[in-house]
Amino acid sequence: MHELGVTFYVVRDVKKVAEENGIDRIDFVTLEIGEVSGVINEQLTDCWNWARKKEKVTENTELIIENLEAVSFCECCQREFGTIDYGKTCPYCGGGNTYLLRGNEFNIKEIGVYDNT
Amino acid sequence: MSTVKVIEVHESVFSSNDKTAALLREKLSEQKVFMLNVMSSPGSGKTTLLSKAINMLKDEYKIGVMDVDIESSLDAQKVADATGVPSIQIHNGGLCHIDAEMTEKAIEEFEKVLKDDAKSNSIADFDILFLENIGNLVCPAEFDTGAHRSMMILSVPEGDDKPLKYPLMFSVCDLVVISKTDTMKFFDFNEKRAIENIKRLNPKADILFVSAKTGEGMNEFCEWIRANSTNPRNICKCE
Ligand SMILES: Nc1nc2c(ncn2[C@@H]2O[C@H](COP(=O)(O)OP(=O)(O)O)[C@@H](O)[C@H]2O)c(=O)[nH]1
Ligand SMILES: [Mg+2]
Ligand SMILES: [Zn+2]
Repeated sequence: MHELGVTFYVVRDVKKVAEENGIDRIDFVTLEIGEVSGVINEQLTDCWNWARKKEKVTENTELIIENLEAVSFCECCQREFGTIDYGKTCPYCGGGNTYLLRGNEFNIKEIGVYDNT
Repeated sequence: MSTVKVIEVHESVFSSNDKTAALLREKLSEQKVFMLNVMSSPGSGKTTLLSKAINMLKDEYKIGVMDVDIESSLDAQKVADATGVPSIQIHNGGLCHIDAEMTEKAIEEFEKVLKDDAKSNSIADFDILFLENIGNLVCPAEFDTGAHRSMMILSVPEGDDKPLKYPLMFSVCDLVVISKTDTMKFFDFNEKRAIENIKRLNPKADILFVSAKTGEGMNEFCEWIRANSTNPRNICKCE
């Protein structure tokens, strides 16, 4: 259900970018989504394919998702490790004093238009 | 051959909401209104806790309540009946959260209702504005509402491991109220473990144990609100 909420923000934001750039249709939009952002690609795509039809400019816009790796940092041994593989426990020292460095992103990276000339 | 024109955006989907929220917060601070965003799972006790606290605070402060909890469309009415303070039910179209723009609109609508009722003329007459958010531990955590402080309620029956399952919610709150402490004897809830789990995600969080039923911890909760609302002008979220 979270996916639907954020989908509306994407539609709104890319519409604004299109207006600012004098574009009346967007062919694709690329999102950067962190592995632990809580957003599921398939669900987001489903929501997108439904929500995009609400606006003329996004009607036929293809959604491209680039997933970004989640990385955590260990306070004890000052090393980085993959959050998906090891969770909150550092694989090097076994410490639990760790925090997320990145992987929570939900960014609009770019929009694209094919120029068929 | 088709060529591609690419426009780089590189913006978080949440950045425009963050801007709207910051402006709203500033505006409320100028009006000397302290807004507190209250979040939890459905049924953790938001409506009950707020009603009790408002009754303890309403002689000292002018209070208003905005309610988006979708569990029952009657929550705003419940609070109003229990406390006599003005309230408004916000309808957000069934979305999983409320953002800063919706909060701003709700405040405008509240203002209209207040004018009609002639109870109070404007939002600026309030000292404290409570926002009862939607019962959900995931989505509301992503959206800054423009409130000066955010708090959440973790009720004892939900378990002390809840912070591990919903880390973002626990990281964004200034206060975690562990509620329904009167039910502690029926559940395997370890207070120490709960505190550890919360502090690990959010070392700065205040933690209070409260039972709206027996009144345990209610004074401390009211004290927290007093301390945090004293001077909304100085309340700033920017680092
Ligand atoms: N035992 C106990 N029950 C509580 C307490 N606070 C709330 N409740 C009950 O929990 C249920 C849900 O409360 P409510 O305030 O509506 O939760 P909300 O959905 O978060 O607004 C109601 O039946 C309340 O009576 C408490 O401190 N102790
Ligand atoms: Mg409620
Ligand atoms: Zn380590």
